[in-house]
Amino acid sequence: MAVSHCFSRAASAFTAVLLFSFGCVAASHIEDQAEQFFRSGHTNNWAVLVCTSRFWFNYRHVANTLSVYRSVKRLGIPDSHIVLMLADDMACNPRNPKPATVFSHKNMELNVYGDDVEVDYRSYEVTVENFLRVLTGRIPPSTPRSKRLLSDDRSNILIYMTGHGGNGFLKFQDSEEITNIELADAFEQMWQKRRYNELLFIIDTCQGASMYERFYSPNIMALASSQVGEDSLSHQPDPAIGVHLMDRYTFYVLEFLEEINPASQTNMNDLFQVCPKSLCVSTPGHRTDLFQRDPKNVLITDFFGSVRKVEITTETINLQQDSEIMESSYKEDQMDEELMEPLKYAEQLPVAQIIHQ
Amino acid sequence: MGASAAGKAEVAAGMAAAMPLALFVLLLLGPGGWCLAEPQRDSLREELVITPLPSGDVAATFQFRTRWDSELQREGVSHYRLFPKALGQLISKYSLRELHLSFTQGFWRTRYWGPPFLQAPSGAELWVWFQDTVTNVDKSWKELSNVLSGIFCASLNFIDSTNTVTPTASFKPLGLANDTDHYFLRYAVLPREVVCTENLTPWKKLLPCSSKAGLSVLLKADRLFHTSYHSQAVHIRPVCRNARCTSISWELRQTLSVVFDAFITGQGKKDWSLFRMFSRTLTEPCPLASESRVYVDITNYNQDNETLEVNPPPTTTYQDVILGTRKTYAIYDLLDTATINNSRNLNIQLKWKRPAENGYIHYQPAQDRLQPHLLEMLIQLPANSVTKVSIQFERALLKWTEYTPDPNHGFYVSPSVLSALVPSMVAAKPVDWEESPLFNSLFPVSDGSNYFVRLYTEPLLVNLPTPDFSMPYNVICLTCTVVAVCYGSFYNLLTRTFHIEEPRTGGLAKRLANLIRRIRGVPLL
Repeated sequence: MAVSHCFSRAASAFTAVLLFSFGCVAASHIEDQAEQFFRSGHTNNWAVLVCTSRFWFNYRHVANTLSVYRSVKRLGIPDSHIVLMLADDMACNPRNPKPATVFSHKNMELNVYGDDVEVDYRSYEVTVENFLRVLTGRIPPSTPRSKRLLSDDRSNILIYMTGHGGNGFLKFQDSEEITNIELADAFEQMWQKRRYNELLFIIDTCQGASMYERFYSPNIMALASSQVGEDSLSHQPDPAIGVHLMDRYTFYVLEFLEEINPASQTNMNDLFQVCPKSLCVSTPGHRTDLFQRDPKNVLITDFFGSVRKVEITTETINLQQDSEIMESSYKEDQMDEELMEPLKYAEQLPVAQIIHQ
Repeated sequence: MGASAAGKAEVAAGMAAAMPLALFVLLLLGPGGWCLAEPQRDSLREELVITPLPSGDVAATFQFRTRWDSELQREGVSHYRLFPKALGQLISKYSLRELHLSFTQGFWRTRYWGPPFLQAPSGAELWVWFQDTVTNVDKSWKELSNVLSGIFCASLNFIDSTNTVTPTASFKPLGLANDTDHYFLRYAVLPREVVCTENLTPWKKLLPCSSKAGLSVLLKADRLFHTSYHSQAVHIRPVCRNARCTSISWELRQTLSVVFDAFITGQGKKDWSLFRMFSRTLTEPCPLASESRVYVDITNYNQDNETLEVNPPPTTTYQDVILGTRKTYAIYDLLDTATINNSRNLNIQLKWKRPAENGYIHYQPAQDRLQPHLLEMLIQLPANSVTKVSIQFERALLKWTEYTPDPNHGFYVSPSVLSALVPSMVAAKPVDWEESPLFNSLFPVSDGSNYFVRLYTEPLLVNLPTPDFSMPYNVICLTCTVVAVCYGSFYNLLTRTFHIEEPRTGGLAKRLANLIRRIRGVPLL
């Protein structure tokens, strides 16, 4: 009797330990799942894409920006979360032999302009002042919503800039420049105002690496197409259009991004390897010391896509009929005022009235 | 729920033939059944007019008209069906009475193409009549142009007091108006504004069927911008709801006119088809439209013994006096089953004349950086004559910060507007706006002996003398060189010391010793 009692107590203790260990494993498994669910820490994505060059022979800069715009839209960021700034109109330029198109590959293979493009700042509106106002949010109150960067502290922002640049500056429309110090200060303003969670800055200009040398705010990762003292080169001309269509670095970035879909797990280390010196002639550079996470844990879609965290539920929800609400609103609409006197149309050219004004 | 009980009774009868009927009745009288008792308060009419031009080109004019029987002035309207919400909210928020916004690329060549239905100036044009309840018209005007720049992706935010005028005699309201105090009218033109796909896309999204069905499937950007003339516009105005005209309906017209050039789109032949123009054909009408028609101008004028032929042959034709002359149109109704048109051969010619006389002049000179020149003249033109109006102006110098990044392009002077009453060769009867096609009811007509038309000239591109922006750089280089040369010379004069060097005497030994000393860097003997 005592033996069986001992035995049962031991058995119960053993099962208790077993259950406890199972519980621990299960709990850690759930924790892993939860951690993976919230891995990146951002809840929404924004993109600011800027082309700073004017004139027909800078066609390739507009094509660069539009190819990034196309990839970003394809991977899920909607137009309402993209601020696209193009300093000149190439698609409907009188010199464009194929109106309403901007091509990135020669022989007109890929039209990156498309049918559904929304340009927020165009032509003379692309200035250093407007760019800095968009980033910092200090915009006049009458600015429409599509021209604002309405990010919060859980936003991942992609900033892409292309144009003509030099050691420490980027030229806007051949009439003004932005320096790397101004840009770093603008990002610090954004950090102080909690306008971003993480920021990816890509620049495709000559001596592009000089633009990210001065950053000092946390959570910024930067890529550039060339080092200080090097020029970024253009890719290929098209004889029918007569200008170079794209820059090399962005061309290979576009080819890399065409392989990405919203579910892909490719990380930033692969993006750093895009366009080695043999293809690009210049040496692309990157800067990750201000970034808290390891680049190999950062997915491409964290910045280029808009991957929403979705929780699927199998409950059924009963929707109430709102017929009473609709009926009352219709009745309200019917009660329009009927005027006593009939209205009439104005005369378009009342000569006598004008002469005697 | 007596209706559903009746439905169940029918089902219980058990006849197989009655089953589909029973289901149909259930659906009708079910929870949504009461909706059908209410007539819809908005309607859509869509129309395409194809006009062959004398030069072998062809003009296509789309019009989409949404009419909404509702009072938008009261707050709390939240149920939008066909009328786009973006524009409806503008009307109530800014107390608009009329809004006319157009984007145009190119110029309508009246001499070669004849009079247009509705012309617009090159660039962007916006003119608005506000309600007389608005207290600060200029503030509303500025906010409205900013909102519109966001909706249509255009730089309308550049509209300010330097390019806005208040016409005093022209631009009378095109809709219902009992009084016209021109204080509530504002007009601005941006001739530098470019039209491209990014302006067409939001314009298309305002249409009830977007670009999925009906006539709007033809609106493909790569064909519409490969044209000599492209003009798209949005017109909002109040119209009479019924014949007695005791209440208001809001009318939204979206118009798009293009002229396809025969030589750009292939070999200069005069054969045109929908596929050649738009690279698409019409397949179905917009399900939300109450009327969906294509009109082709088949007025037969004999030029070079050519006459117009249309294929497939139209079922009906329409004849009326349009812009002063009698015209015939072939009608293709998409709501009529089995109506799909493909190609036609054609030729046409139009002429018209104008009168002139001095009756009224209003001139408002410009103030630098505040307001532009405004000149309005009322002229009666004599028949069979040419009247020239010219204005001389001087070019002033701009401040160096006021130049655009590409100053060598030139600066634009907005086009002139000609609003004319032209005597009609044939008397026109008064038009019933609900029965006649849309292109005949753009302008209200008081009597049939003349017709109203509004035309624009080309914008003027003026070359201002451009300063040499590289001069600051040149000046700095020159100054630094001069300073360096002067200062350097003085510095050398003041700080250089002179040594006297003895002529070297001595034999070979002394010379060898000096050589060794020189190598060591030690002073010589």
